[in-house]
Amino acid sequence: MHNASRIAHARRTVQQLRIEASIERIKVSKASSDLMRYCGEHAKNDPLLMGIAASENPFKDKKPCTVL
Amino acid sequence: MGEMEELRKEAESLKDQITAARKTVQDTTLQEAAAGITAVGRVQLKTRKTLRGHLAKIYAMHWGADSTLCVSASQDGKLIVWDSITTNKVNAIPLKSSWVMTCAYAPSGNLVACGGLDNMCSIYNLKGKDGNVKVMRELAAHTGYLSCCRFLSDTEIITSSGDCTCVLWDIETGTEKTIFAGHLGDCMSLAVSPDFKFFISGACDFTAKLWDIREAQCRQTFSGHESDINAIGFFPNGNAVITGSDDATCKLYDLRADQELNTYQDSSIMCGVTSLAPSVSGRLLLAGYDDFNVNIWDTLKSERVGVLAGHDNRVSCIGVSSDGMACCTGSWDSFLKIWN
Repeated sequence: MHNASRIAHARRTVQQLRIEASIERIKVSKASSDLMRYCGEHAKNDPLLMGIAASENPFKDKKPCTVL
Repeated sequence: MGEMEELRKEAESLKDQITAARKTVQDTTLQEAAAGITAVGRVQLKTRKTLRGHLAKIYAMHWGADSTLCVSASQDGKLIVWDSITTNKVNAIPLKSSWVMTCAYAPSGNLVACGGLDNMCSIYNLKGKDGNVKVMRELAAHTGYLSCCRFLSDTEIITSSGDCTCVLWDIETGTEKTIFAGHLGDCMSLAVSPDFKFFISGACDFTAKLWDIREAQCRQTFSGHESDINAIGFFPNGNAVITGSDDATCKLYDLRADQELNTYQDSSIMCGVTSLAPSVSGRLLLAGYDDFNVNIWDTLKSERVGVLAGHDNRVSCIGVSSDGMACCTGSWDSFLKIWN
C-alpha cells in the first residue's frame, strides 16, 4: 500500500513536470519590453505614480482656512 | 523498485529540461532592458484617512470595485465595511469565529467573504431584503485554515488553505467544483488574473503556481524564494506575477518567459514581506513588511523609491483601489490607513 501511493505520487509529479516542460516560452527581451511598454502607456493614469492635485483628491480633507 | 527509479530519473530530466529552456530565452535581463528609462524619483504618500474601530489585530483587507468601500477583518471577531472617504462604518458584521485570516469583497459589491482557523469560508450577503447582513453560505471542506479567498463572481469563489490545496466553490450549492492540489506546503495567498481565467497561489513550499481555472490544471511553477511565500499578486496586464516572502524579498516572474525577471531586496531589510499590491500602471510595487513599514519599489529598475511609515505594528495587508487613487494598509495595531 505504502509503495503504491509513493509510485502514484511520483507518477503525478512526472505528469505535472511534463506539462510544465512543454510550454512555449518567449524571450526575456520581449517579455521585458512588453512590461515596460505597459508601464509607459498607463503611467499617466496612475495617480500614486503621478501625484494627485489637491482639488481632485477625494481623500484629501478640504478644510477652510481661518485667518486669526 | 524499477518503476520508482525510472520515475525519479524522468523527473530529474524534466527539471533539467525546464531549467535549460528557461535559460535559452534569457537573452537579457529586465534590469538591463530598463536601464535606459527614466527613474521614478522619490514617491511620498501621505496618510489621508485613518479607519478606527477594530479592537484587535487586523489580518486582511480588500477594496470593493467602486474604489470607495473596503472590507477589513480583525481577530476582534468583526468584518467591517468602511466608506474610505467619510471613514464611516457601513457594516460591522460579527463573526462566529474570531480567528479570521482573510476577507474578500465580491466585484458586484453584493457579498463579502471571510475565513480562518475555522477552516471555512463564510459568505455574507450585504444586500439582504431586511437590511440585516447574514451568513449566506458556509463553505466547509478544507482540512486546514483558510489563508485567502477571492470571488470570481457572486456564484463562485476560490479559496487557499493550510491543507496545501486551493478550491473553486459553487456558492449557491456550497460545494467544491474543483480542487487544485500540487503545493507541498500550506497555501498562503492567491490572486485572480484580470481576465478571470487563471489564478496564482503562493505557498510554504517556497513556490508560486499558475492554475488554469477551467482546465483545472497547474500550468507553471515558479521557484527561487528561500522561504514561505506570504503574498502574491498579478502585474496589471496579467502577464507577470509578483510574490512576497519571509525571505525578505519580493520577486517578479514573467508568465510567458516562464522565469524570474526581478528581485526586490535591500541588505537593510531583514524581515518578512506580509502583503503586496502593484499600482495601476504596474510601475510601483507597494509591499508591507513585519517591521511595521511599507516599502515602495520601482518594479522595472528594482530600486526602492519610497517608504510608508505610520503603523505601530506589523503591516498585515495592503491594497490599491481599482481606480488607482489610493493605497490602504491594515495593521496589527488595529488601524487601517488610506494613503495617496
